[in-house]
Amino acid sequence: MALSTERLGLFNPAKPMENRLTDLGPRHFWQYFPPIIQQNYGKWAYHEILEPGVLVHVAENGDKVFTVRCGGCRFMTVENIREICDIADKYCDGYVRFTTRNNIEFMVDSQGKMEALKKDLMSRKHVSGSYKFPIGGTGAGVTNIVHTQGYIHCHTPATDASSMVKSIMDELFDYFQSMTLPAQVRVSMACCLNMCGAVHCSDIALLGYHRKPPIVDSDVLESVCEIPLVIAACPTAAISPTKTDEGKKAVKIKEERCMFCGNCYTMCMALPLSDQKGDCVTVLAGGKLSNRISPPRFSKVVIPALPNNFPRFQETCEAVKKIIEAYAKDANKYERIGDWAERIGWERFFEKCDIPFTEHLIDDYRLQYDTYRTSTQFKFTEAAWAVSKAVGGIE
Amino acid sequence: MAFEPREEQKQLKYQELRIFSDEELHNYTEEELKNFKIKHDIPFCEELEKGRWPSFVADAKREALHRKKLAQDRMMIERDVVEDLLGQLEVSFKHGETHWKHGGIVGVFGYGGGVIGRYSDLQEQFPSIAHFHTMRVNQPASKFYTSDYLRTICDLWEYRGSGMMNMHGSTGDIIFLGTFTEQLEPIFFELGHVLQQDLGGSGSNLRTPSCCIGKARCEWSCIDTQDMCYELTHYYQDELHRPAFPYKFKFKFDGCPNGCVASIARSDMSFIGTWRDEIRIDQEAVKAYMGGEIMPNGGAHSGRDWGQFDIHKEVINLCPTQCMWMEGDKLMIDNKECTRCMHCINVMPRALRPGKDTGVSILLGAKAPILEGAQMALLTIPFMKTDPPYDNIKEKVVEPIWDWWMEEGKNRERLGELIQRQGIPKLIEVLGIPAMPQMVKEPRSNPYIFWKEEDVPGGWKRDIKDYRSRHKR
Repeated sequence: MALSTERLGLFNPAKPMENRLTDLGPRHFWQYFPPIIQQNYGKWAYHEILEPGVLVHVAENGDKVFTVRCGGCRFMTVENIREICDIADKYCDGYVRFTTRNNIEFMVDSQGKMEALKKDLMSRKHVSGSYKFPIGGTGAGVTNIVHTQGYIHCHTPATDASSMVKSIMDELFDYFQSMTLPAQVRVSMACCLNMCGAVHCSDIALLGYHRKPPIVDSDVLESVCEIPLVIAACPTAAISPTKTDEGKKAVKIKEERCMFCGNCYTMCMALPLSDQKGDCVTVLAGGKLSNRISPPRFSKVVIPALPNNFPRFQETCEAVKKIIEAYAKDANKYERIGDWAERIGWERFFEKCDIPFTEHLIDDYRLQYDTYRTSTQFKFTEAAWAVSKAVGGIE
Repeated sequence: MAFEPREEQKQLKYQELRIFSDEELHNYTEEELKNFKIKHDIPFCEELEKGRWPSFVADAKREALHRKKLAQDRMMIERDVVEDLLGQLEVSFKHGETHWKHGGIVGVFGYGGGVIGRYSDLQEQFPSIAHFHTMRVNQPASKFYTSDYLRTICDLWEYRGSGMMNMHGSTGDIIFLGTFTEQLEPIFFELGHVLQQDLGGSGSNLRTPSCCIGKARCEWSCIDTQDMCYELTHYYQDELHRPAFPYKFKFKFDGCPNGCVASIARSDMSFIGTWRDEIRIDQEAVKAYMGGEIMPNGGAHSGRDWGQFDIHKEVINLCPTQCMWMEGDKLMIDNKECTRCMHCINVMPRALRPGKDTGVSILLGAKAPILEGAQMALLTIPFMKTDPPYDNIKEKVVEPIWDWWMEEGKNRERLGELIQRQGIPKLIEVLGIPAMPQMVKEPRSNPYIFWKEEDVPGGWKRDIKDYRSRHKR
């Protein structure tokens, strides 16, 4: 049965339940595995990264599959996907794979095909000059950034995603195409605290953040929101019921209690938070989720706010680069950013990255005690001398 | 071995399914694209065409031109939808605020998820994106595709939607970005009848499960991640499509503790492959690494000169449990002390491999910060053997957890938050498992134990007179 072209296709609005197929689930994965993958399923012996972006996996029987990994945009049009299909048809018998981090993987079964494929991929550019399918994203480098929707589709963002990711990846492009870092660096980006991208365990996480309490749209609030749910939604109990001068039911916000999480807006459209001047980018660092050597750990806030400087986010790009360069220079082989920061001490991290430490970076939320340093083991840095001077302990 | 689908899979041949002719698909030249200007002035967006990384704006523009040159009756929504999206994006950059309205309840009959309603708040200026609903299409496990499938999806989506997509959304679905309400049901019918393909989850449902590449192309995977993902997704279709939970619930499947699909940080129920026997050692290959014949870590560090490989510095001394040593030129491992962190295996993949007696560790309750702060998953089940169709996982783990959470969970409370609110002792009672020290980093440092009456000899019922018979007031 071909795809239909009638306006409503196979759907009959007069009988909406007629011929309705439900609960089919996803299609089965096996049919999408290229023959070399099917034949060697569960029989892979080892792999090597031949060069940045190019892997060979060797099976127990000696079979080899060569993978060429390319950076992709999470946002892509059908034109781009059709071009991916053209490449897959030309070199890979029509098979292609996407990775969790929005990369595209083309697999071939011989070195000869792999060389031709590589040449083809790097020759493809958009008319305005950017690569369509840059090869890289393997090993001790920076791979693609996972991110959220931002202004492309979302109603709660505190910044945009696609533009920031494009800008950061332009800045880090050489790290995408090389393997010169002490370990892999995973950069992730989320437009608000909802983190549909779950960036909280990344080497570097970029997070859009609101900084102004919600505005109460009291003209409509009582008719579009469930007031008890709105009040219950606030984690700091900053929202309480009130009445407007006209006698309408509304809510009031204890502004000094607001931590700008936006949970109230999720529950109630009459409490918008976004604001051109207030919204900002928060930078976190040192998280990971692999269990390798050290356990998975959360990213920590290292820069509380950078401006939403559309469309290129220069300050954010510079900050990310600064952290990666300091890490590249100082960390030991196999150390992730967080391993490095813990070894040298976070006080030294701020010094080496040349990032100012402010009170915003000290946790004052519920689990703050877990972060207190309760020992005399610390390192002297300028930040420590500043405290000593302030109390008259030193000249 | 080959895995069989639960139902016979329709063969998809693009040539039989397609909508657009070759002429329609190749309807513009490179020269036209170079000179193409969309109908809105978009200097900020166009700045994003510069630089080496693939430009999503450049990509969007070619779809805009492609649509412009298709006949309008060859698309069921307006042809300039891409131009209007770029136009609104430009205004959003200028205003530093999004222009999508809050919410919008749309969907397909009988499902409570899979479609996200979205409306522009600049509909006069950008009428073609007045409605911009998203549909989540459940991806095949580990995201391998054939071009026949992808091209068919592209024709369907260009014909009935915007032609703009995400490959893929954060949870794993193929995302169709932007169509009008009228086309939601027709798209759902085409997906089901023509492509034998269902929507994914959204809302307070089981969300679309996802997995790593697993044994398809990785020597470390200890479980059949794709098969587990496929089976549990199909088995729990009702939970995926019809909201009955307090909030979202995610399954993710990682083949080994390297965790390529990040299950430990972002799934309410994280399945991670592991082993309980011994790391397999090829002593000849160990010697080859030590002699510099094989590059360490599969060549992952080859861009910099890190000096001669040193097995002590790079492997033995970095082992978190210090359970490795050399005896002469033989590498020894005290496997019972190993915590399977994967480091030695990652560094010397040709010498070391995970054991053969494999199974799954199950961790519970990871989530992003909303609302009570981010959580990573709690190690709950250390090791479990399981075979298709994974009945022991369904019956002994998934369903007791869901029953508890549906009974006790508050509105918008994730599993991890319920565990924190009611405590691990309650969780293990629900699962009928004993406590183990592996569930915590360390035992509690306060003695505020919630003793139960039955734990204490003689119970709690006491008589004050009896007490006073021994103690004067």
